[in-house]
Amino acid sequence: MIEIQELYKYYGDRRAIGPLSTSIAQGEVIGLLGLNGAGKTTTLRVLACDLLPTSGSVRVAGFDVVEKPDEVRAKVGYLPDRPPLYDDMTVREYLAYAARLRNVPVGSVKKRVADVEELTEIGDVGNQLIGSLSHGFKQRVGIAQAIVHGPELVVLDEPISGLDPVQIMEMRELVRGLRGAHTVVVSSHILTEISETCDRILVIKDGRIAWSGTETELSATLKQGMHIALTLYAPGSSTQATADKARSALSGMPSVREVEVLEPAESGEGIASLRVAVSSDVRAEVGKGLVQAGLGILELAREKELESMFLELLEEGDEHAGRKRRKKKQADADAALSEPSAKSTEPS
Amino acid sequence: MRALVIARRELYAYLRSPLGSAIIAAALLVDGILFYFASLDTKRLSAQLLTQFFYDSSAATMVAGLLLSMRLLAEERQSGTITLLNTAPIRDRDIVVGKFISSFGVLTLMNLLTAYMPLMVYIRGKVSVGHILVGYLGMILLGAAVTAIGLFASSLARSQVVAVIIGAAMVASMILLWVVARAVNPPFNTFFSGLALHHENYRPFMVGTLQFDRVAYYLMITYFFLLSATKVLEARRWR
Repeated sequence: MIEIQELYKYYGDRRAIGPLSTSIAQGEVIGLLGLNGAGKTTTLRVLACDLLPTSGSVRVAGFDVVEKPDEVRAKVGYLPDRPPLYDDMTVREYLAYAARLRNVPVGSVKKRVADVEELTEIGDVGNQLIGSLSHGFKQRVGIAQAIVHGPELVVLDEPISGLDPVQIMEMRELVRGLRGAHTVVVSSHILTEISETCDRILVIKDGRIAWSGTETELSATLKQGMHIALTLYAPGSSTQATADKARSALSGMPSVREVEVLEPAESGEGIASLRVAVSSDVRAEVGKGLVQAGLGILELAREKELESMFLELLEEGDEHAGRKRRKKKQADADAALSEPSAKSTEPS
Repeated sequence: MRALVIARRELYAYLRSPLGSAIIAAALLVDGILFYFASLDTKRLSAQLLTQFFYDSSAATMVAGLLLSMRLLAEERQSGTITLLNTAPIRDRDIVVGKFISSFGVLTLMNLLTAYMPLMVYIRGKVSVGHILVGYLGMILLGAAVTAIGLFASSLARSQVVAVIIGAAMVASMILLWVVARAVNPPFNTFFSGLALHHENYRPFMVGTLQFDRVAYYLMITYFFLLSATKVLEARRWR
């Protein structure tokens, strides 16, 4: 469906992406993952023919984006990070306008609009002015305009940006609903979002694809093991003493690679939070060791892996940035320990 | 034709927003006031009054043309809706032509709404229908040229205010070319006066004389700036 070879895009002298090569099969749901400024939006804009590449080849459904841009645009639906909506139009008028712009035959416009209204569940606001809609509905209208012409490829740039948790769940369902009928490329820096909705992940770093594969493959590639989040309690001890006691209990275990002290997840004397990197699933052993050391376990949980894998991947070959981030994290934790009154209930 | 789809949407936007109506109302008011004061001069012949009307109306046409065209592309860029056009299977020239048709259509409608004034002169005085028709042709051609310049300025800017300033500066410069023509020696004076947007090129229409080279001038100016706006849109995709 998509063939990208040696793609480069420069803004003036600054390289935004490149060299970037990948291929995406028909029907796949692909997650484009990267930090802000990594080149996600530029890549998506090139796929949607909003921007033309500086060099390299991009083919969508067999058509080159430079040589046959109109053919590509007819097959692509694009939702940019800021939906292109006219506040002075009603939802129905706007969707009909988007359909006519994209060569939907005049006789089919009404039906297509009704179909996408049903799919995106915006039928109830069809006659409302877009300017009066909530952010969640605007995002839905944005997706509706992207699929109103029945494109083969749907490109969504940060579709859940700014949505509340309920709207995120609904949007996730909506993106899942596109599976099968369309090839979908979704960008996000919200890692769980990618793992929830996508078949495959493309990690972009500095305008290049740093990694490509499923979440499971990513874990295997990095031989990451896992992280355990701990919240411990030692009666009669200070937070610092609890953390020290836990460190010494864990340091003797062969599977434990690193112990990181975090800001306590709960308020109270003698409570400490830690993040433990282990090479295999040794949660039972860790729990046993901590109890034997006289520590009470308030929480012992496996961390969601994608985020830590993602960070590790981005830090590969960028040790300086990685060290700096870890150092800052450690300094924050130390500061939190030295000021017990400034505890937070937010998970770190 | 996709350009007509865009033109329809733009016309709709003019009707919904108070801006279009306000610009037309203000221009018609100014036209009416100027015509009233011009008609107070009882020594003036009716043909001279008609010539004065076309002269005064040309100013209102140019100002209204700039104000109507300032939002065409600048607003789309500012609000991000240009992406909808850029990613639809339409050519950049269709975007420009669609935008132009809408703005030029509103401006022409505004010009035609002034017709009651020449008609009064026609009924009460001694002027030919040809004078009126040629005068309106000149106003419409001038309006097309100014709209194209305004559209080009709008393609350069993200803000409507900046767009109208750029457009006004370009129109003023092109009008003042007749001053330059007076200051330079032949053959450059002919060259500059031939390029001036208003003076030498518009005067024949005012007096009811149809000269095809003047018609060609306004058509060329319109085409040149529409082409330039198209090239700006095309170039932006490569940036």
